[in-house]
Order: sequence, then C-alpha cells, then structure tokens
Amino acid sequence: MKFTSLLATAAMALGLATAAAAEDKTKVGFIYVGPVGDGGWTYEHDKGRQAVEAEFGDKVETVYVESVPEGPDAERVMTQMALEGADLIFTTSFGYMDATINVAKKFPDVKFEHATGYKTAPNVSVYSARFYEGRAVQGHIAGKMTKSNIIGYIGSYPIPEVIRGINSAFIHAKKANPDVQFKIVWAYTWFDPAKEADAAKVLIEQGADVILQHTDSTAPQAAAQKAGNVITFGQASDMSEYAPLPRVSSIIDNWAPYYIARTKAVMDGTWETVNTWHGIKEGMVEIGEISDAVPAEVKAEALALKDAIASGEYHPFTGPLNKQDGTPWLAEGEVADDGTLAGMNFYVEGIEGEIPQ
Amino acid sequence: MDLSQINPVLLVASLMVAATPLLLAAIGELVVEKAGVLNLGVEGMMIVGAITGFAISVETGSPWLGFLASAIGGALLSLLFVLLTQVALANQVASGLALTLFGLGLSALLGQGYVGIKPPGMAELDIPVLSDLPVVGPILFGHDPILYLGIALTAAVWAVLKYTRVGLILRAVGENHDAAHALGYKVVRIRILAILFGGACAGLGGAYISLIRVPQWTEGMTAGVGWIALALVVFASWKPWRVLLGAYLFGGVTVVQLNLQAAGVAIPVEYLAMSPYIITILMLVILSADKSRAPASLGRIFHASH
Repeated sequence: MKFTSLLATAAMALGLATAAAAEDKTKVGFIYVGPVGDGGWTYEHDKGRQAVEAEFGDKVETVYVESVPEGPDAERVMTQMALEGADLIFTTSFGYMDATINVAKKFPDVKFEHATGYKTAPNVSVYSARFYEGRAVQGHIAGKMTKSNIIGYIGSYPIPEVIRGINSAFIHAKKANPDVQFKIVWAYTWFDPAKEADAAKVLIEQGADVILQHTDSTAPQAAAQKAGNVITFGQASDMSEYAPLPRVSSIIDNWAPYYIARTKAVMDGTWETVNTWHGIKEGMVEIGEISDAVPAEVKAEALALKDAIASGEYHPFTGPLNKQDGTPWLAEGEVADDGTLAGMNFYVEGIEGEIPQ
Repeated sequence: MDLSQINPVLLVASLMVAATPLLLAAIGELVVEKAGVLNLGVEGMMIVGAITGFAISVETGSPWLGFLASAIGGALLSLLFVLLTQVALANQVASGLALTLFGLGLSALLGQGYVGIKPPGMAELDIPVLSDLPVVGPILFGHDPILYLGIALTAAVWAVLKYTRVGLILRAVGENHDAAHALGYKVVRIRILAILFGGACAGLGGAYISLIRVPQWTEGMTAGVGWIALALVVFASWKPWRVLLGAYLFGGVTVVQLNLQAAGVAIPVEYLAMSPYIITILMLVILSADKSRAPASLGRIFHASH
C-alpha cells in the first residue's frame, strides 16, 4: 500500500471513529455570567457541571463559556454552542432569558434550561432555587446579631429573585429584632469585585454591622473582614474561606442533582419542559455551617427555622403581611402563592426606599 | 433620606482609594500614547499585575515585593506587545486586543491556587500628630503608600514631559517618528521603554485592586477598569493632571452614588449608576475644548526604511 493511501485510510478510520463517538456522547453546554473562579454563583454552577461529568463519564461531553455578558453576546454564544452540536444547554443567569427563548426557536431539537427565569417553550425549561428560604434563616441570624440595628444589603439588579430575598430577610430580621433597619445598595452588576467591595465599605461606613449580598464575588466578605466587627453571609456558595468571621453562615446552591437528572432525561429521551423551583426540602438550597461566632441559642433558633421550612410546616411568606405602602397583602396565616412570589416587584412594609424601576 | 449619615471625610478618603487603580493605569497609558503607541492591552496587563502581585505577596508575606512583582509582571506582558508591534510590526489595535484576551486567560491560569486566600495587609501611613488631625488626617495622611505613589507618578510624568529633554524626545517620537528618526533618535528603543513603563504602571494598578482595594484574588476582578483608563487618557487630552482629575472624578462619583443610595436619596438608581461615566466624560469633554489633539503618530507603525 502506498503511503498516501495508508494516510487516507487512517484519516477515514479516524473520521468514522470520531463520528461514532460523537453520536454516543451527549453534549451539554453551560453559559456562565461570571468566571468559574468567582467563588460564588458561577462556581457552584460549574460544580454542577463537573458532577454531570463525574456521573456519566465518557457518555457526556460538557462545554462551557464563562463571563458571557447578558445581552446580544449571550445569543451569539448560545447559537455557536447549538451549532457545535450541543444537545442540552444550561443558561445560568436571569438576564439570558430572552436570548434563550430566541435561540431555542432556531434550534427546536436542542433542549434549553434557563436558570431563575419564567419564560418557557416546548424546548425551554426553567429552574430556580427558593433562595428566599435561606434568606429567612439569614435574616433571623442578622436580626439577632446586629448591634447597630442597621443591616446593609448589596443588591445586583432589581428583579423578582433579588427583591424576594430582601423581603424574606427583612421579615425575619424584623421578627428577631423589631428595631432593625435595612440599607439597600444596588450594584447593577452580578460580578465586579471592586464595585461590590466599595458598596460593602459604604454600607459599613454608614453604620451597618451586618452585610447581606446578592452579588456573586467574595469581595464584600473581604471588605467586611478588613473593617472588623462586621458579619456577612456566603452567597450562592459556602465562602467558608471567610469563616468563622466575618462569614457566619451561607446559602449554598446545589445544582448538581438537577443537572444530572436533566442530562439523564435527554439521554433517555424523556426530557420535557418543566418549571422547577426547589428549596431547602429538595436540597437545592443548603444552609452552610453556622459558625461559632453565632451564640448557641441563636444558632439553635436558626436551625429550627430551617427545619420548619424544610418540613413545609412554615412558609417564609406567611401573613399577616402588608406591602410597603401599607396595603394588606397576606391575611393572618395566609401564605404567598408561587405566582406572586415569582413576579414579586414590591417591598413589604417597613423597608425604606424605592425599588428602581 | 438622611444625608447626615454620609461622613464627608470618609467619603473623600475612600474616593481616593477607588480612583488609584484607574489613575495608575491611565498615567502609564498616557506615556505610551505620548510616544505614539496605542496599547489597548491595559486591561490584560492590569489583571496580570493583579495576580502576580497577589501571588508574590502571599508567597513572600511582603506587599512591597508584591507590588514590585506586579510592575514586573505587567511589563513582561507588555513585552509581548513590544514583540508584536515594534519587532514584527503588527497592527497595534489587534495586538492590544490580543494582549487583553491573553492577559485575562493567563491570569486565570496563574490564579488557580490563590482563590479565597487573604493577602498580607499593607500598613497605612501613620505619621504621629499629622495622621491624627481631624478631617485632614484621614484624607491626606491616612492612606497606603501606593496611593501617594500614584500622585507622585502623575507629577513626575507631567514634569518629565514638560520640562526635560527626555520628555521632549518622547513627545517628538509620538508626534512625528520619521523626523525624530532623521534627527538620530532611536524611535523603536524609546517606544519599547515607554511600553514597558505603561505595562509596569498597569500592573501596579491591577495589584492595587487585588492587594488593597478588594483585597483578594478573583478571576476577572479588574472588571473593565483598563478600558475606562484608556478612555480617560483620550478625554483628558493626554494631559497628566487632567488624568488625575478624571480618575478622582470617576472614583468620586462612584463612591458618592453608592453613599447616596445607602442613605436612601430619592434619585432613581439607574441615573446614579450611570453618573460616574456621564459626569467624567462631560467634565473632560468640556475641558478638552482647547483644541488639544492626539499625538500625530499615534497608532502608526514605524520602520526605519520608510
């Protein structure tokens, strides 16, 4: 056999082999809003991706693109991913919602999963975690721990998910300490360590001794550590490197079981559109270790609250609750329905300031 | 709304900290552009400076060595730009963009083992009596040494460009490289030195974010400061003191808007959030009405045969 024909045969064999392999493998794509090393939100999504790889080994191939801006760029990245043969794409930030729907229309055979959104399609599912359940526990600890009675809150964007968290934390901080006041700063970013650190510093300068954050980096933790006498909570990830102080507890998002289940569904051909909203009970929201900086009694109360939420015996939004302007929202004993929660665009009574529109 | 909660002294002190990374990066880029080179890789050099500074100060326990390393790191990365644009005569815009992309990736790789580590702190200046003065103390005498370095560097760059022979030669190279060459000046060599200086300054600026302003390492943590620095140089009409003004204005409005938000001022947050950009641009556009223009050879490739 001539050398060239040998090469050609080899190339053909290789081509066939890779084609065969490609058929077997389920390709799963992930779009992240920050870098995988953010130590928070994206870090946890990437842990979920790694869990998918660990679970299915050779049968899956995962790809991801990090730091994708929310906007037209996201659409381009998703399109590229779909063209490269992804079977399932997780788009892991609220701001990808319309981009996901648009791209999904162009690729009816590709399944999409959009995190924290509310728009579905025949090939688009949405999933989110009931972070507000964790916020209730945080709020309780915050209310008990604050000495200045000022709690600082770093919000990212004024979307229902964030507003829900603020309300839930406020309701439970107020229950623990009727004098508590919330100062809220909107950073208008999910990830910008310098800006998040500035926001934390400003809140501390204005008297806050507890900082809650709904942004993705650990910068507010570092700022609080530097300031001293300030406590914080890990957001999205445990952020245990800042324990026992300033970080006294955390909300951990555990996406792995969901990602594994959905990948399995695509492999088995049983995937269908779902609207998943899991909380502490299902394990999608976890409460990180409450550190020794918290008095034993407060810790016990916080854990009792967590258990009550997990068992379904208590709902963080239980009446009587009024809206910020004083109009009644929930009557005594009434609990909020998921629809209202999903689209929440108002503060509860007692929070000062307006929600940016 | 309760403005009394805002402490003006702390506010001024923190705006100076917020402005310093921007100032350092912009003053370096100003020198580069004055030499006729457009290096769009500021963001990349900053982030590489941020991680090299962070890593070295964690390993050695000395923030000073960290800052030194960050300057070297930034300069080393700019050496790549030198190679591309001054030796291989590649397009400066494309090379600069490549430098940013490369820097972001390289820093993420270098930073793998440094996530969640706390760097050694740098002591703030503590002069007996002076630092304890009310108002003036925290604003003028209560900062870390690098912040003063930033201001000193601005003054030095201004003085060198305006009053010295070295400054004159640098400007000549930037205005008309063929004429400078004809006069016997080593255009390429001067530009290389300017680029290295710019890289070192950007590296320092990056390390200021990772060692003092935040202080921690997170991937992509410079989050666009390098791009703002580039814009600042243009809006400041290539004048050092205006760069300082612009940087303080930008840092200032950023901090003020967060303070106003926290104090519950009833200005829509969107306007507050965009205010640093708008106010800085407006201010500098008004200032640049005096017909200042870019160095004439900016971005043009020089080869001695032409």
